[in-house]
Amino acid sequence: MKKIDLSQYRADGATETAIEDFSGFSAEDKERLLFAGIDVDNPSDSGAFMHLNHSGVHCKTHREGLEVMDIKAALEQFDGLPDYYWQLVDKDKDEFTKAAHDNLHGGYFIRAKAGTKVTEPVQSCLFIDKAGISQNVHNIVVVEEGAELHIISGCATAHGAKESAHLGISEFYVHKGGKLTFTMIHNWSDDTAVRPRSAGVLEEDAVFLSNYVLLKPVKDLQMYPKITLKGENAVARFNSVIVAPEGSYIDCGNRIEMQAPNTRAEIIARTLTTGGTIINRGYIGADAVPARGHLECKGLILGGGRIHAIPELDSDQDGVELSHEAAVGKIAQEEIEYLMARGLDEDEATSTIVRGFLNVDMEGLPKELQDAIEQQIDELDAGDAM
Amino acid sequence: MLEIKNLHVNIGDKEVLKGIDLVIEDGETFILFGPNGSGKTTLLMTLMGFGNYTVTEGQIIYKGQDITYAPMYERARLGIGMSFQRPPTIHGLKTSHLVRMCGQGRDVDVEGLAKKVNFSNFLDRDINAGFSGGEIKRSEMLQLMAQRPDLVLFDEPESGVDLENMALIGKTARNLLDGLAEGCTMKKAIKRSNTSGLIITHTGHILEYVNADRGQVMYNGKLCCEANPRDILDHISNHGYQECLRCLSAETGEILDLSSFNEAS
Ligand SMILES: Nc1ncnc2c1ncn2[C@@H]1O[C@H](COP(=O)(O)OP(=O)(O)OP(=O)(O)O)[C@@H](O)[C@H]1O
Ligand SMILES: [Mg+2]
Repeated sequence: MKKIDLSQYRADGATETAIEDFSGFSAEDKERLLFAGIDVDNPSDSGAFMHLNHSGVHCKTHREGLEVMDIKAALEQFDGLPDYYWQLVDKDKDEFTKAAHDNLHGGYFIRAKAGTKVTEPVQSCLFIDKAGISQNVHNIVVVEEGAELHIISGCATAHGAKESAHLGISEFYVHKGGKLTFTMIHNWSDDTAVRPRSAGVLEEDAVFLSNYVLLKPVKDLQMYPKITLKGENAVARFNSVIVAPEGSYIDCGNRIEMQAPNTRAEIIARTLTTGGTIINRGYIGADAVPARGHLECKGLILGGGRIHAIPELDSDQDGVELSHEAAVGKIAQEEIEYLMARGLDEDEATSTIVRGFLNVDMEGLPKELQDAIEQQIDELDAGDAM
Repeated sequence: MLEIKNLHVNIGDKEVLKGIDLVIEDGETFILFGPNGSGKTTLLMTLMGFGNYTVTEGQIIYKGQDITYAPMYERARLGIGMSFQRPPTIHGLKTSHLVRMCGQGRDVDVEGLAKKVNFSNFLDRDINAGFSGGEIKRSEMLQLMAQRPDLVLFDEPESGVDLENMALIGKTARNLLDGLAEGCTMKKAIKRSNTSGLIITHTGHILEYVNADRGQVMYNGKLCCEANPRDILDHISNHGYQECLRCLSAETGEILDLSSFNEAS
């Protein structure tokens, strides 16, 4: 991993004014945003949030029982959010957390009040369209007792936003019986440095589903979100689909700590390199039983690149059930021949298999987003690697 | 439809097929018998064009075209279709999607076809993921129905299939060979189709369903004993493959090693 020198980036000055409606974005920006999961032409009925460069520019909610706020406004209104702000991530962890702490630009505070079931995803977007800046955001998501919430968090850079950096702190709190689905889609450029720092905690009967999609190049990304299952019967599941073209360096993974009985954990990662480097970590630890966890890292190397899978399981509990399955390889000739026997040529067979490989079922994605993901996977095929 | 001339095939360094000559006419179904390890599957895989099977001598002519070295997808597009015995699982590829692709651009009534082989509930599953033996057979049939090949290669269609499903597989095989597509009028159905078949069987159950005119026995990489398939089957059940050995010896003038025969039967 290359070291990121934060002094290279401008951390101040890129303030923006509020954007009432998104129709002013260029077609190009709209596409970048759509590929990051934000369909600006079809605003969510639940709520929407956008942070551009160093400013929150849009913040709307249409649902009773759902709060969507700029983090700065929320800190002010709720006395610094003492129960939530910097409670799961250590502000002194590294230079990136420090930077986000010392010079906060914004981020969102999204809360579903007790019993509120928000079915349509809230769209949130962290966008950079200026070159050479660093963006320091802090997001807090709270799902109160019995509430349900789906957030699509799209992070993107515009075409001209060369050499920028994104530092994002995220803290997730899912209270008793709550359910949070968090879908994060990254659409960076090949010169963006990215350092998210995320953690979450689940109370009794809470559910956390995370989907992560990275299909486009990124210069250097490192993240290792951690979820702690504090309450009985809590469930956490991570699905990730990660593609690294030449030039991408990605070090990422998920960590789940099971601290209560009857908890379940699942981490599934599909990684594909066509020339870049992917370090794919995974950790499931259990301090209580019964606990069931499964970790799956599967990697395909297609025309160069490196995949380093590091799955870890850790427990000192009698009766714990943890398993993992890791594989790094190429497409099986047998599978290619099976499809060729049905009339697909070698390229068609290869891309069909790759599409299948990357096609992790992600719960609750809107159709436009699903289509955008599939379109991007299809476009991968056009590359030389396949 | 198919003409095989003096075909020699190696798997690695080992010669498995040692000079096969075979002609299958348009609309004809040919049955292949033979002891385990004699080379039957090898012949089918070679016809389909699998990479591990190296033709060292001879020719495969299909519809007048030399396909001896043609890539597999070209053979499929020319109308050769095969049912796999142990097909691989492809994760993330839904059965319905693959069936649609089998149509090679033609519109495929995936649901309608699936109903016929009692496979509607599997369309949403990843292809071959956890399919039982009988389910694999039905899935392969479904793909072939979508593909509509002119030459169908079946490797032991009855293996691992229970009695009820055997009837289903048998009827479907017959429909494939007779070209009784859905919505076909009787008039069209009476007209014999041009679809040809090459079927490997040990038990002969499939003969109760398909109209097969000719058959032969594969023995140690060679074909012998051409006859009506039912007669061959009777013969084998009564005498084992002994007769074939004699007949092959007479044909080639070779003295065959009797110990290898004992092992094979
Ligand atoms: N991949 C392989 N490597 C080496 N030898 C092989 C391979 N595949 C097949 N063979 C050998 O080739 C010979 C013919 O095998 P084949 O599968 O064609 O027999 P078969 O007639 O279909 O037998 P069965 O009735 O048991 O299915 C056997 O001796 C087999 O061991
Ligand atoms: Mg065989």
